Amino acid sequence: MKDFIIPAYPPGDDRDMGTPARTGAPVTLTVDGIDVTVPEGTSVMRAAAEAGIMVPKLCASDNMEAFGSCRLCLVEIDGRRGTPASCTTPVSEGMVVHTQSDKLRRMRRGVMELYISDHPLDCLTCAANGDCELQDMAGEVGLRDVRYKAPEGGRLDNHFTIREGAGTNARYVPKDESNPYFTYDPAKCIVCSRCVRACEEVQGTFALTIEGRGFDSRVKAGGPDDSFLTSDCVSCGACVQACPTATLQEKSVYELGTPERSVITTCAYCGVGCSFKAELNGDQLVRMVPYKHGKANRGHSCVKGRFAYGYASHKDRILKPMIRDSIDEPWREVEWDEALAFAAGRMLGIQKKYGRRSVGVITSSRCTNEETYLVQKLTRAVFMNNNTDTCARVCHSPTGYGLGKAFGTSAGTQDFDSVMHSDVVMIIGANPTDGHPVFASRLKKRLRAGAKLIVVDPRRVDIVRSAHVEAAHHLPLRPGTNVAVVTAMAHVIVTEGLMDEDFIRTRCDWDEFQQYAEFVSQPRHSPEATEMLTGVPAADLRAAARLFATGGNGSIYYGLGVTEHSQGSTTVMGIANLAMLTGNIGREGVGVNPLRGQNNVQGSCDMGSFPHELPGYRHVKLPDVREIYEKAWGVEIDPEPGLRIPNMLDAAVEGSFKGLYCQGEDILQSDPDTKHVAAGLAAMECVIVHDLFLNETANYAHVFLPGSSFLEKDGTFTNAERRINRVRKVMAPRNGYEDWEITQLLANAMLQEMGGAKWTYTHPAQIMDEIAATTPSFAGVSYELLEEVGSVQWPCNEAAPQGTPMMHIDGFASGKGRLMITEYVATDERSGPRYPLLLTTGRILAHYNVGAQTRRTDNVAWHPEDVLEIHPHDAEVRGVKQGDWVRLASRSGETTLRALLTDRVSPGVVYTTFHHPDTQANVVTTDFSDWATNCPEFKVTAVQVSPSNGPSEWQERYNEQAERSRRILPAAE
Amino acid sequence: MHHNAPAPTEEEIREIVAGFAALEGPLLPMLHALQDAYGHVPSAAIPVLADVLNLGRAEVHGVISFYHDFRDHPAGRHVLKICRAEACQSMGANALAEETLKKLGIGWHDTTPDGRVTVEPVYCLGLCACAPAAMLDDRLVGRLDDARMDRLLEEARP
Repeated sequence: MKDFIIPAYPPGDDRDMGTPARTGAPVTLTVDGIDVTVPEGTSVMRAAAEAGIMVPKLCASDNMEAFGSCRLCLVEIDGRRGTPASCTTPVSEGMVVHTQSDKLRRMRRGVMELYISDHPLDCLTCAANGDCELQDMAGEVGLRDVRYKAPEGGRLDNHFTIREGAGTNARYVPKDESNPYFTYDPAKCIVCSRCVRACEEVQGTFALTIEGRGFDSRVKAGGPDDSFLTSDCVSCGACVQACPTATLQEKSVYELGTPERSVITTCAYCGVGCSFKAELNGDQLVRMVPYKHGKANRGHSCVKGRFAYGYASHKDRILKPMIRDSIDEPWREVEWDEALAFAAGRMLGIQKKYGRRSVGVITSSRCTNEETYLVQKLTRAVFMNNNTDTCARVCHSPTGYGLGKAFGTSAGTQDFDSVMHSDVVMIIGANPTDGHPVFASRLKKRLRAGAKLIVVDPRRVDIVRSAHVEAAHHLPLRPGTNVAVVTAMAHVIVTEGLMDEDFIRTRCDWDEFQQYAEFVSQPRHSPEATEMLTGVPAADLRAAARLFATGGNGSIYYGLGVTEHSQGSTTVMGIANLAMLTGNIGREGVGVNPLRGQNNVQGSCDMGSFPHELPGYRHVKLPDVREIYEKAWGVEIDPEPGLRIPNMLDAAVEGSFKGLYCQGEDILQSDPDTKHVAAGLAAMECVIVHDLFLNETANYAHVFLPGSSFLEKDGTFTNAERRINRVRKVMAPRNGYEDWEITQLLANAMLQEMGGAKWTYTHPAQIMDEIAATTPSFAGVSYELLEEVGSVQWPCNEAAPQGTPMMHIDGFASGKGRLMITEYVATDERSGPRYPLLLTTGRILAHYNVGAQTRRTDNVAWHPEDVLEIHPHDAEVRGVKQGDWVRLASRSGETTLRALLTDRVSPGVVYTTFHHPDTQANVVTTDFSDWATNCPEFKVTAVQVSPSNGPSEWQERYNEQAERSRRILPAAE
Repeated sequence: MHHNAPAPTEEEIREIVAGFAALEGPLLPMLHALQDAYGHVPSAAIPVLADVLNLGRAEVHGVISFYHDFRDHPAGRHVLKICRAEACQSMGANALAEETLKKLGIGWHDTTPDGRVTVEPVYCLGLCACAPAAMLDDRLVGRLDDARMDRLLEEARP
């Protein structure tokens, strides 16, 4: 008999099935006379739910294991004594279950009566009114009376009555409002432990507990003196979602009331691409709740997606177009027509004067696929050149290059679910608990179940050791030595004969492997030989390599700590080598998985944002590819690759690049060597910034086109798993237009002058149809398909009509996998007497990228400023104490910030984040970059740290300029 | 530990619990060792235990607060536990306890102002046949009445 397959939910079915789904042989039972077949191991509660019968419950929820504490879900089973809890009782063949009887009703009422005896009856004024499971259950069990009352004048045996003065109710604990987004009201707690279990099982933070016991029990965050804010809580919202009452409740619901409608959409923060239900009253967003059928997040969220959406309605948001003749003038608010005519006129004027290739675009990794596609189309079909680039240049361009060379496709090989089948997980240069928190929760869950972890990172990032998770090996390498470490691992695998020869013989080129094996086997690549260079103890590295090669399904997850180096592409190829050597490609639980930074960085790369590639990673030099677009767009496409971002800036300083349309990207803050970026922008004659806010780049802009937030438009984002998720319009754009419409208006303003045929898209679905018609890997994608199946992973075409969760199962896109020689070449950025420390940069959970969004939310409660992490030894010799202002200087520039003394960083290494423009960490970073892709070397800068007493001269000058540049004159009446 | 003894340092706490790390289920033995050393489990121990055992701070606090015997501050020099379970109640334990508390001028869980004795309720000492019963420090005493209680309190004088 074949295994029973759980029926798919109809879209929008959000019923809580009570306990998690199981897989196994089918078991048939009868619930209240209805036959139902479920996999072995399923609970009676879930089986009943599958049959359409919802057994009353309070402590069970289908995203956590059964707990059996509320005693409301009791049932009767023929031939069994007593009334077992349906949540903890597994089904068995032929079981006959009754969920209703007089006895059960009496018992359930009795249980409810006890619950309600210690619960305030302020339902009508309660924040959870209408959205309260306790209320629902009281109704369902028919509770009509509560016999238990606090004795008159006696001891108060409840948790909710406040009494002043003598005889104060010691059990009453006031609300904890310390978290900016939700409140904890102990008076309403029924101690079902759902929040505690969600924190442990779903999020994996272990920040909550049940304090005390018996009647004294209450939920508590952290230790005895902690509040939610000071505890380990990361504000992911899992507890709030799990709470059946108003005990843990969003503040926005207190303020705005219970939402009455919802729209399913995709988060616009990181590359995990979580699905959310935007819950609203009218067009007022009340809250964002993770969507349980979202295939990337499976009903979980982090503090950014769940709560940090307030930037969309922040007062700093610009809603009217603005122009100015030069950047020392204040901005003038104008109507759309005038702004677009001004921009079009300037761009055309520049092209006339300086040539066709003197202007370009930067596409946004935060905008939708459709919007990005239009922006690159603007440069290729209207500007008539290939000057398009995107922020992937400064993050994952080496991934595109390296994986493209090794496997033939520029993307991760797995879906996120795959990690649940890994036995050994290696994380290189990534900090998933901060950068990709929802994925990190899945990973931690797998680690708690027994998978082993190897972390290669200069810092002791949280995942190395946090509650119930500990890495088997942490290799704290010196920044800039990734290639040496990865090659040394390959050396161990090859010289100790731990490779998967079958895989290599069938999937790779055997001759090429021989050369590669000869190269990595050289004694100079041994861990012992490279130990002095990398700082990684040879024995640890050997043990880690052995574990990865022999520990079962091995998967590699990596981040910008790999790519943002002068040898970023080489490390990516080295990682691909490790996966191929050990046969860890092409099945569940293995693979090479870049953790992409921004929500749509995968998509923006797919959509042809690079100057040498048309959509789908096809080189502009190929005439047959150009022909497809020449036919579709009715123009001739420039066969010459265009300029990359650094080249645009260089050309601007030289005087040959004069105009830029920059959508949803703040290159001044996010790109390296801020001074050079500023000089480049200042040298241009027309900079068009299209953004939500007057960002740092806008200080050098002549045209500002107000953008729309992800809540205000339709489209798609593609996440790190290649998953194309729908973004749905939740409210009308506050600025008047969706971003794709604005690009179309700009194109048409130029086409009007040029006499070309105008663009006529009326909905992003039409843009996706054009993408599908012109790009083979998207051929099967349409909005209809996305409505039907929720999301798909490209390639989605005739061969894979429902998309491709896992790549390279039987063969690589390019035929044979390529094992590449990975010679370590030290970066030119070296520490020396003047700059003896190595700075590496990264980010933190509460903030996202340049912080333009998260700094405009209450997330600043966790991270109000950038700080410099420095080892206590390095601090002591410099006379730096905890919290001191320090000057951070490199050959490029200097800035000041506060010091945080910690042994998370090794001696000789310092670390900071780049979320705050006041700090401008990138003033310090250099213009060294990846040899293949120009991805900047953000992760290694030689620096010196010294005590300081305030902001640097650059910071002061910069702030002055920024303030002057942000002046706005109101529109003339 | 004396009321105004210096707060225990992280190093001290680590030293006390170090020997238990290899046990299966080491948290309770560690908590007992700390209570033996300090007369209570200092709150400074929570983050240290969380770190040593790789648990959340909340989990450690949850365990400590579950057991009434773990104190968060030092008790008096002597601890008197009076049984309030059913057998003792039926033999007059409530009146005895009330009288005792009145004599000492304190309530349940309180310590006399001179730091001499702390009185706590306990639910069954397993001495039902000799009810009402109590326990002074580690010594069980049965068949209590007011006079015997006075003598017991006299013993707890130093």
